[in-house]
Amino acid sequence: MTAIPFILLILAVLGGYFINRMAAREIRDTGNRLHSLTSYHGMFSALMILVPVLTFILLWLVFRGPLVDRLVMGNLPDGVLDNLGTGAIQLILAEIKSVSRGVIFGTPEDWKFAAADHFVALNKRADWLLVVCAGALSLALMYFARSRVTAEFRARQGVEGIISGLMIFCSVVAIFTTIGIVASLSYETYRFFEMVPITEFLFGTSWEPQIPIREDQIAAEGAFGWLPVILGTFVITFVAIVLAVPVGLCSAVYLNEFAPRKLRSVIKPLLEILAGVPTIVYGFFAVLVVAPAIRSFGQSIGLDVAPNTALAAGGVMGIMLIPFISSFADDALSAVPQTLRDGALGLGATRAEMMLNVLFPAALPGIVGGVLLAVSRAIGETMIVVMAAGLIARMTINPLDSVTTVTVQIVTLLIGDTAFDNPKTLAAFALGMMLFLVTLMINIFALRIVRKYREAYD
Amino acid sequence: MNDMRKIERDVHMTDLKIKARGVNVHYGETHAIKDVDVDIVDKTVTAFIGPSGCGKSTFLRCLNRMNDTISICRVTGQIEIDGRDINDRAVDPVQLRAQVGMVFQKPNPFPKSIYDNIAYGPRIHGLTKSKAELDEIVEKSLRRGAIWDEVKDRLNDSGTSLSGGQQQRLCIARAIATQPEVLLMDEPCSALDPIATAQVEELIDELRRDYSVVIVTHSMQQAARVSQKTAFFHLGHLVEFNNTGEIFTNPQDSRTESYITGRIG
Amino acid sequence: MTDTTNAAGAPRGQSAADLVAASLKRRHRKQVWLQAIGIGAISIAFTMLFILVMSLVSTGWQAFTQTHVTLDVYVDPAEVPVERLPRGGFADVAGASLGAMLPDVDMTDRATARSVRNILSNGAQFHLRDLVVADPGLIGRTVTIKVPVSDPFDQLNKGLIDRDTPNEFRRVKNNEIAWFDALQDQGAISKPFNWALFTNADSRFPELAGLKGALVGSFWALLVCFLIAFPLGIGAAIYLEEFAPKNKISDLIEVNINNLAAVPSVVFGLLALAVFIGWFGLPRSAPFVGGLALALMTMPTIIIATRAALKAVPPSIREAALGLGASRQQVVFQHVLPLAMPGILTGTIIGLAQALGETAPLLLIGMNAFITSAASSPFDSATALPTQIFIWADSPERGFVSRTSAAILVLLGFLVMMNGIAIYLRQKFERKW
Repeated sequence: MTAIPFILLILAVLGGYFINRMAAREIRDTGNRLHSLTSYHGMFSALMILVPVLTFILLWLVFRGPLVDRLVMGNLPDGVLDNLGTGAIQLILAEIKSVSRGVIFGTPEDWKFAAADHFVALNKRADWLLVVCAGALSLALMYFARSRVTAEFRARQGVEGIISGLMIFCSVVAIFTTIGIVASLSYETYRFFEMVPITEFLFGTSWEPQIPIREDQIAAEGAFGWLPVILGTFVITFVAIVLAVPVGLCSAVYLNEFAPRKLRSVIKPLLEILAGVPTIVYGFFAVLVVAPAIRSFGQSIGLDVAPNTALAAGGVMGIMLIPFISSFADDALSAVPQTLRDGALGLGATRAEMMLNVLFPAALPGIVGGVLLAVSRAIGETMIVVMAAGLIARMTINPLDSVTTVTVQIVTLLIGDTAFDNPKTLAAFALGMMLFLVTLMINIFALRIVRKYREAYD
Repeated sequence: MNDMRKIERDVHMTDLKIKARGVNVHYGETHAIKDVDVDIVDKTVTAFIGPSGCGKSTFLRCLNRMNDTISICRVTGQIEIDGRDINDRAVDPVQLRAQVGMVFQKPNPFPKSIYDNIAYGPRIHGLTKSKAELDEIVEKSLRRGAIWDEVKDRLNDSGTSLSGGQQQRLCIARAIATQPEVLLMDEPCSALDPIATAQVEELIDELRRDYSVVIVTHSMQQAARVSQKTAFFHLGHLVEFNNTGEIFTNPQDSRTESYITGRIG
Repeated sequence: MTDTTNAAGAPRGQSAADLVAASLKRRHRKQVWLQAIGIGAISIAFTMLFILVMSLVSTGWQAFTQTHVTLDVYVDPAEVPVERLPRGGFADVAGASLGAMLPDVDMTDRATARSVRNILSNGAQFHLRDLVVADPGLIGRTVTIKVPVSDPFDQLNKGLIDRDTPNEFRRVKNNEIAWFDALQDQGAISKPFNWALFTNADSRFPELAGLKGALVGSFWALLVCFLIAFPLGIGAAIYLEEFAPKNKISDLIEVNINNLAAVPSVVFGLLALAVFIGWFGLPRSAPFVGGLALALMTMPTIIIATRAALKAVPPSIREAALGLGASRQQVVFQHVLPLAMPGILTGTIIGLAQALGETAPLLLIGMNAFITSAASSPFDSATALPTQIFIWADSPERGFVSRTSAAILVLLGFLVMMNGIAIYLRQKFERKW
């Protein structure tokens, strides 16, 4: 059924193309000189139909489902949905849908059968409406395009105008994405701050988002101070950077200046592989190998080590960042002009002296930019910490303790059923907002440094 | 070639600084320098001239083994400085380059202060024991580089903040600070304007008192102005080597004559 | 020589050359140190890579085989009456035939019968049921089936359960080990390749759990991601590189794209959750929504790669075509774009490979649901390969440890393949201008 509008669209596009092309040919054959090639006349018609109709069909398909769901649920007999949570309502909807497909478990109530019939009928109506609308729109556009065919008509400019418009739209999508991120995060954050005072969030030192779900439940009032969470994030980031920066920089120095060419051509792709490993793999590695190893090592020297230490999560994150820092530093070193290398060597510097005294300082801005980007990645990294770091927020900077991070909290708060009406869910968006702002500031700063540095040697 | 052997006998053997025999250079498949013999005398300016791509810069870079840094480059033949073969395994290129300084085509000051640029060589080679000695070397080198008066009040400014001509004189001063015996200059004026060029040329003439200077230039006028000896390279061959005056007034080889009169180039 | 030295003011007595020679040894030692540190750093990185791969392979390879037991089941009409199909006591008949193969087993004792049945995977009865439903004529006859054993016995067979552990601390008790050994002695136990890992969807029972649902979910999500990110990315890149006027707005878009490429992936998950699910009302857990989030993440990568590929096409080609009177769009679409295509495809494949391994945004939109059938459209609930790994890694059953590693190996296999294609494309079509 969903294929019909698309087939219709293809037919309309092809039809429009050939109708206009024929028309243009006819004009040409009667001895008039056309402004544009006949194929451009065809293309003009095809694009005139394709772009609006395709947009229409896609929007329809995307929004039809939710709309039909809402209509069906709104049409249920009074009272059946009273006192039900969002999860239960979702279940009822799912049951109605499976009944409508003929899959029946147990004995549903009669109103569910009625709703299922309603659902089927609505869907059928929506399908036909789409076909009719899409067809009518296509015909109208085809007629419009055909009416434009004349000898003087600048079909090529028309086509190029449409294509330009499409390309500008593509470029603007990136801006819309950013706007979407900012808008959604700030809206939900704003709602969060209506429930929890902003001062408590920014300056509170206790993070216990487990608020009571039922009235009678005896639990602590939720506490939403983000300081221990961001502190934990910094502890893990610090561990990661302390491991990754020296190792990454030293390997970059070796690769850039001292490694034999053959060795370099083997190591570079291997480092790329290391960089391409998904972070969930590192997370599992942390749980499976690194955390137990650290724990048993700690116990063997008489230290009490938590099972999910900041050290394990940060250490594995450091491993993940090594290739990132190393390739960034390698690029920065390679960008230093050959004349500076010659200058140092020509004075009788050893290669080590040239590297340490001339190349490395000259490349430093680029390297610093790369390290900053690595810091921002470490702060925003999710899967490693979700699997290997803890859940309890503590005000500690001891890397052998278990700490939690911003991303861990976002994921744990949002996993499972989410309703957008309690501070627990909304707290995740507030944390997301802070995460976005912190990483954005670091990124802008780092990218500016890197850009300036590239310009200096271009 | 025979002409050259004759000239060689005329050189005072006592003043001989560099003696090159049968030098060949290959860049991968390309045979860049073909069997070149040259003698360079102490305390003179020797100019290498020739059309671009003739190998004069490549040969210059052989003299302090800068070609080592290019992995596809292979040098054979014998080059002796003060009677010692520089391509010998026992010779450390680091030591050699301290003895044979080099100034490059494009001014290449390090992105450090003017002071640190000059002090870099003495520092890495351990030529000084105290800050005062280092200060003294820096000042003397800058004076010899004829740039002291322009920079003495801003020694802490970055070397890259200077003008092109100043940068090149800074680089010359930097090379002198290492106290080399030979100074190689690879088209040192090609990136400079005429006034800066005149200043650098004056400086080169000045340096002749203490060093043997080898300069690669594509400008015959420059070679005529600053050098006492001139070698003409063409397609990797050393075509003619003689006193500068002789080369320009009475070239022995027809190719040299064509070049000087402007028919090759 | 003395002249030279005095000229630069070196200390008297020692010539510069002597001083240089004296310093050489120390300086070369420093260089050796620097190199050694560099080699050490690289070795650390590769040791880690090696340990990572080895730990995955050593735990994961076991999951590529599965212990099966071959049974002759008498389909007792008393337990499985034809009129009650598809219901019936399939677990009992399978258990009974297994009990018959074991010595000294009293199947009338309910506790014993239960432990005997537990040797079989929970999936065994459904396998039998499907056979009988397909051919009710089997009732009253004996069928030979080969079914998986349950996870503890699979572990036992693979040597992952230490038989020397005291009985009370061991998951498989002494009598159960004896039964299993008896079955093994009769040649009923086999360990074939675990096809179920690829043909089954998720399950609570490790011996039945497979990746089909995750593979299908990842396929839908990547397809959506590609269909959106590829045209949008190329369109944006062409516009920014070839047509955009150099002004504040293009600058803004450029800075914006670079920043977007560095935004943490979890933020895209929040965006998808709030906008696509919360505001637009799209279904949770659907690969379509996952694909949308991944597309927004991948787009900056594709744009950056495409711009680099376009930039690499020399201006002379543009000038040549422009000189013949082609319009700027004709130049780009007929000359520049085809030449840049290999670079664009390479960048796209690498971007998709990243998207395939991305987990956090999919978790936030609920693609970590427990779903036991493969999605038939991108709007059905599904898991994806990385989220399936996450689910299994969190599961307490021992059998899921090796399955998690195996799933990671499958994921890495796909990534290596995609990157291999990208490298092949790059090398095959790379042009030096």
